[in-house]
Amino acid sequence: MNTSDSEEDSYNERSALVQSESPTIPSYNQDHDMSLPQETDTKRRRPVSSGLSEPGPVEREQASTPDGEEEELTLKYGAKHVIMLFIPVTLCMVVVVATIKSVSFYTEKSSQRLIYTPFEEDPNSVGQRLLYSLLNTIVMISVIVVMTIILVVLYKYRCYKFIHGWLILSSLMLLFWFSFMYLGEVFKTYNVAMDYPTLVMIIWNFGVVGMICIHWKGPLRLQQAYLIVISALMALIFIKYLPEWSAWVILGAISIYDLIAVLSPKGPLRMLVETAQERNEPIFPALIYSSAMVWMVGMADSSNTDSADDRRRNEGGARAQEGVESEDDAAQGGRRRYSAEEDLEEDRGVKLGLGDFIFYSVLVGKAAATGGDWNTTLACFVAILIGLCLTLLLLAIFKKALPALPISITFGLVFYFSTDNLVRPFMDSLAAHQYYI
Amino acid sequence: MTLAVFFGCAFIAFGPSFALFVFTIAKDPLRVIILIAGAFFWLLSLLLSSLVWFIAIKASNSQDHSLQRGLLIFGVFFSVLLQEVFRFAYYRLLRKANEGLAAISDDDSSAISVRQMAYVAGLGFGIMSGAFSMINILSDSLGPGTVGIFGDSQYYFITAALMTLALTLLHTFWGVVFFEGCEKSRWWVIAAVVGLHLLVAGLSLLNPLYEGSLPPVYGIMLLMGVWAFFSSGGSLNSLNALCTRRKAEAESS
Repeated sequence: MNTSDSEEDSYNERSALVQSESPTIPSYNQDHDMSLPQETDTKRRRPVSSGLSEPGPVEREQASTPDGEEEELTLKYGAKHVIMLFIPVTLCMVVVVATIKSVSFYTEKSSQRLIYTPFEEDPNSVGQRLLYSLLNTIVMISVIVVMTIILVVLYKYRCYKFIHGWLILSSLMLLFWFSFMYLGEVFKTYNVAMDYPTLVMIIWNFGVVGMICIHWKGPLRLQQAYLIVISALMALIFIKYLPEWSAWVILGAISIYDLIAVLSPKGPLRMLVETAQERNEPIFPALIYSSAMVWMVGMADSSNTDSADDRRRNEGGARAQEGVESEDDAAQGGRRRYSAEEDLEEDRGVKLGLGDFIFYSVLVGKAAATGGDWNTTLACFVAILIGLCLTLLLLAIFKKALPALPISITFGLVFYFSTDNLVRPFMDSLAAHQYYI
Repeated sequence: MTLAVFFGCAFIAFGPSFALFVFTIAKDPLRVIILIAGAFFWLLSLLLSSLVWFIAIKASNSQDHSLQRGLLIFGVFFSVLLQEVFRFAYYRLLRKANEGLAAISDDDSSAISVRQMAYVAGLGFGIMSGAFSMINILSDSLGPGTVGIFGDSQYYFITAALMTLALTLLHTFWGVVFFEGCEKSRWWVIAAVVGLHLLVAGLSLLNPLYEGSLPPVYGIMLLMGVWAFFSSGGSLNSLNALCTRRKAEAESS
């Protein structure tokens, strides 16, 4: 995740949101758990996961205003940023759960498997199933690690064209092919007759606008909506094609991997981030969900009415912020921009990697897919939200980039298994007798 | 077993809490977080009580139906007690957080008062409790079926929805009163809340004799509403002022 707490980053933020490809300078302690998109022929795309970095107000502590105000601003903004992440995460989960419950395609087990989980689970033998799911997990995690290392190597040797081409190819696949598949299944479920010309037009428009929004410029809300949609699509593919037990073990393993990759000094993601910082370059803004609302200096009209509201709300914060930013020498460009504007407004916002969205939705989607119990789904949902809240709280306390997966996925897994096995029989018995607790 | 039943029961059970959420909580991020954390604490209490019940079930003879029923009743009361324990734990957590917020703010006052937190926490408990009671029933009501075909009551859905509504509001009122009691260290208030919760759970054991369970529960709910209103600082004067001000505004406009 991209932190937005240095002035270089603020300079980047303003461009980062409007157009993702513009050169943005990451802040000093960014972290991304980047997993790369795959080759198109493999029908999969790896998510970017969990680098979670602190919300903007962190740097306000360096300002000359008294500490208490900073901290309170931090907390006030902290709560707001938590909600700014709750809403897209909730939306993504709602889309996935609604699809799982209505379109049966994504819960049908097919003989097709991803090549990353080559061992087929035999439902008859517990021991063999466990062993094969562990092996599948090892294969999958090694693929992710290898991909990340390849990415770091490519980045070190400045093969930017290759990386960008790879990213564009994978979002093409998501926006066109997977959404075509999704639309087809929805039509089949609701028995809607659709002719090909109309379908081609719909998919074409959807895909092209998506590519433009994600990789170039676009309205913030539209970009956020597209990122949510592609995360949901990817999560649905995972839910369909990962074998039962392997999916749970993979969820656990990937949160451990996330923890290691983001926090340990030798982690590939850390190396990636440090390299990017040395070169003062951006890190793939197209794969990050950003909640910030940014002003473009010199823009005559504020196309974002949210930004206008935010400006009114964040007056005080901005002044303190400008104080900090103008003090730093490194952001020459930033100062150029700030000097002209008195009431320049910027809500730092917070960013979350798309991989986090995907894996949260995979967890909740699998909870919804297995069994008809809605209580389990709801429990996992609340657990993930609380995990996200705790992660953001830790972020505000430790003020360094943190992985967003471990806490939420741990809570989610614990609540899934315990609700499914313990709470479900209890609530079912209570409902049968109509006892209320 | 139609869409009408589904929507009717959903609105009965969740209408007021949804309205409360939209009008009082949705706009303030801190309150939303406190609400969801409250829901989480209720969930934790349910988890632990289900664990205890599950162990008891597994350790006992599964063929003995009266024993199973006795264990279920024990599970009900144990769960009620555990919910109140977790309500107290949540109170302590919120107090600490509030002190933290107050300490770091400019004018030594936090953004949210304990009374507001009490209301939000109570509502969080209520919404989660209601959701867990009602959601599976709602999803079943969408599908085909006949209610009470084996001789059970045909009013299952509507009574479930009404009971859920009562419990949601009760949790909200209990939250307000409980926190107030903790603040003022009035332990009899806490004991009263716990006792009333046990009473309501006990009344629900009378189901399907709905005359025995629903009207008393609603009576208790109204009493609790009045108690919560006065405990959180309301008074007859403020009610009066509300009515007369509205009348004055209506007259002046």
